[in-house]
Amino acid sequence: MRLGVLFSGGKDSTLALHLAAEKEEVACLITVVSKNKESYMFHTPNIDVTVLQAEALGLPMVSVVTEGRKEAELVDLEKAIVEAKSNFQIDGVVTGAVESVYQASRVQRICNRFNIWCFNPLWKYDQKALLETLVKRQYQVIISGIFAYPLDEKWLGKQIDTHVIAQLAELQSQYGISPSGEGGEIETTVLDAPMFKQKIEITEHVVEAKGNSGVYTIKQARLVAK
Amino acid sequence: MILVVDMSWKKDSLAFNEFVLPITSAIQPFETCQVKHFSEITLADLYACSKVVLSGTALKDHATLKQLDKFNWVKTFGKPLLGICAGMQTISLVFGEPLTTCLQIGMAEISTLKENPLFHGNFNAYTLHNFSVEPSQTFETLAESTKCIQAIKHKQKNIYGVLFHPEVRNQDIIQRFIRLI
Repeated sequence: MRLGVLFSGGKDSTLALHLAAEKEEVACLITVVSKNKESYMFHTPNIDVTVLQAEALGLPMVSVVTEGRKEAELVDLEKAIVEAKSNFQIDGVVTGAVESVYQASRVQRICNRFNIWCFNPLWKYDQKALLETLVKRQYQVIISGIFAYPLDEKWLGKQIDTHVIAQLAELQSQYGISPSGEGGEIETTVLDAPMFKQKIEITEHVVEAKGNSGVYTIKQARLVAK
Repeated sequence: MILVVDMSWKKDSLAFNEFVLPITSAIQPFETCQVKHFSEITLADLYACSKVVLSGTALKDHATLKQLDKFNWVKTFGKPLLGICAGMQTISLVFGEPLTTCLQIGMAEISTLKENPLFHGNFNAYTLHNFSVEPSQTFETLAESTKCIQAIKHKQKNIYGVLFHPEVRNQDIIQRFIRLI
């Protein structure tokens, strides 16, 4: 089965890609670049880095830009899926949805309309276990967005390792924060993963934060040997 | 021990994490479970377990509906059985009750029609199905959504079917099933 992976460059879609590639053929990445930083559907920090990530993965990418208005952005996602189906003959789509019925059901509806499969290999995955899987599989993932109390500027750019996972788990018990950011508390960017043939080196970045909201924006980056 | 049957089109498929693991996660805090693909169920598996749960499948996966000969054991199985989505559809077909087209994707309100040990009242549940069933001679209807029948029970046997996916937002239903005597 040939699959297109909805790819944002964050930890969930990259791990979903990894799991999909272990079972089926991944034919392309499908990326929606949302201009709305508060999109319900799409990850936004460092979405431009997906171009480098696709090159590191050696996979072609179908990319569309959306204004990111609720529901209207689904029309743009639909266009991307149709293009992937036409250009790369995909039989199905893979998402990195973990808990969001909102995201999963909308992609399911589009796939059903175009008579293709839809897979969510991280569905209901335990959130702490998901982070531990990334560390175990030697992913290099940084926190590139924070959007909840008591997270602050100090978290931006931190690499997810066992120490950070323990800190996030502590925040979960104290404040109810989802350790994997399933409630939108954190966003991440993957710099290296087992499927990457090269890894991403950040050469310039900017941190913008106010209170408990902020982003780590990669301004310049390049691929380097692993 | 609860036997969880993987109903996906092939063993060890990409759908396993999505449709089987959430069921085992709901069961394991309370009871041990074993997972087998539907093509590999043996009499020894059925003898060893106390109950069986048939998983759901991806929306495009109708493999079990075309391989009913693999489910002949359902008719004579004397222990509690719960079919989820494709599991419920398969159970209906095994007993000769036809399916009807009914597409539902996403959260839906489920209304209980008949008192039963698994759920009560009105509640929201995650749906992902292309087919439902009609009222029948073999099964009583336990619940419905605004679109179609959502839960059934065999009139004589401890065989239940739910069209919605309790492993997503209603794990307590699975936990009540594993406590059934």
